Amino acid sequence: MTESIWIIIALPLVSFLILAFVGQRMTRQTIALVATAGTGIAALFTLVTGWRLLSSNQANFEISSNLWEWINTSGLTIHMALHLDALALVFIFVITFVGFLILVYSTEFMNEDSGYARFFAYINLFIASMLILVLADNLLLLYLGWEGVGLCSYLLIGFWYQDPSNGYAARKAFIMTRIGDTALIIGLFLLFVEFGTLNIGEILTAAPEKWVTGDTTAKLAAFLLLGGAVGKSAQLPLQTWLPDAMAGPSPVSALIHAATMVTAGVYLIARTHAIFELAPEVQFIVAIVGAITLLIAGFSALVQRDIKRVLAYSTMSQIGYMFLALGVGAWSAAIFHFMIHAFFKALLFLGAGAIIMVLHHEHDMFKMGGLYKKLPVIFWTFLIASASLAALPLVTAGFYSKDLILWQVFASNIGGSGLWAMGFAGAFITALYSSRMVLVTFFGKTGISPTHRPGWAITTPLLVLAFLSFAGGFIELPHTMGHTQLFSEMLHGTLPALTMRELPANGELMLQIITGLTSIIAVGLACLVYLRRPSIVNQLKSSSFGNLFVRLWFTGWGFDVMYNALIVRPLVSISKLNKKDILDNISIGVSRLMAFGNSQLVLSQSGKLRWYMMIIALGAILTLTLSIVI
Amino acid sequence: MIDLPTSHVIILAMVLFILGLIGLLARRNILFMLMSVEIMLNAAGLVFVVGSSKWAEADGQLMFIFILSMAAAEVAVGLALILQFYKKFNTLDADAASNLKG
Repeated sequence: MTESIWIIIALPLVSFLILAFVGQRMTRQTIALVATAGTGIAALFTLVTGWRLLSSNQANFEISSNLWEWINTSGLTIHMALHLDALALVFIFVITFVGFLILVYSTEFMNEDSGYARFFAYINLFIASMLILVLADNLLLLYLGWEGVGLCSYLLIGFWYQDPSNGYAARKAFIMTRIGDTALIIGLFLLFVEFGTLNIGEILTAAPEKWVTGDTTAKLAAFLLLGGAVGKSAQLPLQTWLPDAMAGPSPVSALIHAATMVTAGVYLIARTHAIFELAPEVQFIVAIVGAITLLIAGFSALVQRDIKRVLAYSTMSQIGYMFLALGVGAWSAAIFHFMIHAFFKALLFLGAGAIIMVLHHEHDMFKMGGLYKKLPVIFWTFLIASASLAALPLVTAGFYSKDLILWQVFASNIGGSGLWAMGFAGAFITALYSSRMVLVTFFGKTGISPTHRPGWAITTPLLVLAFLSFAGGFIELPHTMGHTQLFSEMLHGTLPALTMRELPANGELMLQIITGLTSIIAVGLACLVYLRRPSIVNQLKSSSFGNLFVRLWFTGWGFDVMYNALIVRPLVSISKLNKKDILDNISIGVSRLMAFGNSQLVLSQSGKLRWYMMIIALGAILTLTLSIVI
Repeated sequence: MIDLPTSHVIILAMVLFILGLIGLLARRNILFMLMSVEIMLNAAGLVFVVGSSKWAEADGQLMFIFILSMAAAEVAVGLALILQFYKKFNTLDADAASNLKG
C-alpha cells in the first residue's frame, strides 16, 4: 500500500492519455466519467494513505518509493523516485481533492464547449504534473513537474484560442514564469555542482554541514530558488502575468491560478527550507517580497471591475502572506494558509465562474447586482468563502490561518512589528475588497438577470468547499482559544518550528483582538460606503488625487507599462537594428560564390561537339607533354 | 616474311591516330567524324597487334578482337544515331546540335 503511491500520479495520467487519444470519439458522459474517475480514485487513495500514515502515530513519517532509474551517466544518477512526507501529503490532498471537485464542477460548466475532451485532457495532465512536482524525490523530477504545470497553465489560459488576446495572455504567462524557471534551473545546476546530487533529502542534510550560516554560495542558491518561486507564484517582480491569466475558463483559474500551481513557489521554498535558513538575508527578502506583494495586489484588487481580476489580485495578495510567513520562518503557518486559501479561493473562483456562466459571460461586477435572491446557493457559498478571505474572526477558517501568520510574523525573531504592520494593513485591505466584491455582486441595484440556476454538478463542489472554508480552520486553533495543533504537529517532523523572540505573555491575545476587530471594521466600512453612501466612493474617485490612484491600481501599479518601456521596447528596437542578421552574410556569401562560379563555368559549355573534342585533345597533349617533361 | 621493325609499325599507328584525330577535329560532317573515330580505334588496335607479335603473347591479339567487336557495335549504334540526327536536323553538320549549351 505505502509502496504504491505512484498510483496517485498514474490515475490522472491514464485519464489524460485516454482523453487525448480517443476523447474525440467519446460521448460527453463517457468523457466526464473518465475525466473525474482518475482524480476521484486518486483522491480516495490519498485519503486512505493519509489516514494510515496519521494513525500510525509516527512522529516523522515518510514514504519513499523508487520506481526506476531515470538517468545514469558518470557522476549523475537520477531516480524516478517519489517521496511522501507530511508537507507533500498536505499538497497531494489539496491537489487531488480540490482537483476532483473542480473536475466535477467542470463537467457541467464546460458542457456547451466544443473542446470538452481537450479541456479534461489538459486538466488531468495538469493534475498529474502537479502531483509529480510535490511527490518528487529529487529536484530534477520536481523540475519536470514544474515545467509540466507551466505547460498546462499555458494550454489552459489559451484554451479559447480563437480569440488572439487569450493566446497573448497565455504567452505572457508562459514567458513571465519562464524567467523564474531559468533562475530555478541555474539554481539546480549550482546545487548539483556543490553537492554532486539532486536528491532533496541528501541536499538538505548536507547543506548545514557544508555551509555556515550566511555563506555566499548558500545565498546565491537560495536566491536562485527564490527566483523560480517568485515567477511561478506571481510575486513581485514577476507578478504581472496572473491577472491576464484569467482569460482561461473559470475552473482553470480555480485549480491552477488559485489552489495549486501558483502555490508551487511556496512548496519549493518550504521544501528547501534548510537552504533558506542558511541564507538569512535571502529569507528576509522572501518576507519583504511577500509583504510588498500582498499590499500592492490588495490595493489593485480594491479597484477592479472584473470579478475574476479581483480574485486574481487577491490570490497574489494571499500568496504574499504565505511568502511573508515563509520569510520569517513560520513554515507550517504558510502551509496551513496555503490549504485554507486553496479551499476558499477555489470556491470563490468556482462561484464567480457560475455567476459569469448564468449571466451571459458578463465579467463586470457592477453590471451584476442583486443576485442574492436569485442564486441562493452561490450567494451563501460565496459569502462563506469571502468571509474566510476577509478573515472574519472565530467562525471562518481564513481567520485562523491568517491570524496564525500575523502572530508568528510578529513573534518571530526574523520578523517584527514592521512586517507585521504591512501584513496587518493587508488584512484590512483584504477585508475591504472582499466585502466590496460581495456587496457589489449580490446586493445593490439589480443588474442582469440570470438565465438559469446551475445544476447539482456545480452546486455540490461549492457546498463541499464552503464546508471546508468554514470548518478547515478548526484543526489548528491558537493557544488562546482551544489550543488545537493537529496541523502543525503533523508538519512538525518535516518543517522546523518557529523561533520566537521574547514577548509579553498576553501579546498573542491582544493581536488577535486587534486583527479580528480590524476585519469587522473593514467589512462595516465597506457596507457603509457601498450600500448606504455610494457617494463617498464616487467623490473619492472623482478627486484628482483619488483618480490618479484608482487608475494606477487598476492597471496593477503600472508594472506592465514599466516592463514595456524598460525591457520589451528596448529589446524590440535592438533586435530591429540587426534585422538582417550580420552573421547571415557568411552563408549568403557562400551561396554568392557558388553562383559566380556557376556563371563562369557555364561559358565552357558551348554545346558544340567539336569544341569538346578539341579540349579533350588539348588535355591529352598536355598530359602527355607533362609526363614526358617531368 | 619480311621482318618489319616494331618502330615502323608504331609510327604507322601514330600517323593513323593523328589522321583520325585531325579528321575528328576538322570535319563538320558527323558521318566523317564517325569514320575518323574508327581510324583512331584501328590505330590503337594495330599497336596491340604489334605488341603481341613482339612479345609472342596472345593477349594483344585477343584485345584486338575485342576492339573489333566493340567497334562493330559502336558503328551500329553510331549509324543509328546519325540517321536520327539527320531526321531531326535535316543536315549532317555536328554544329547544328548545340541545344545543350549551358
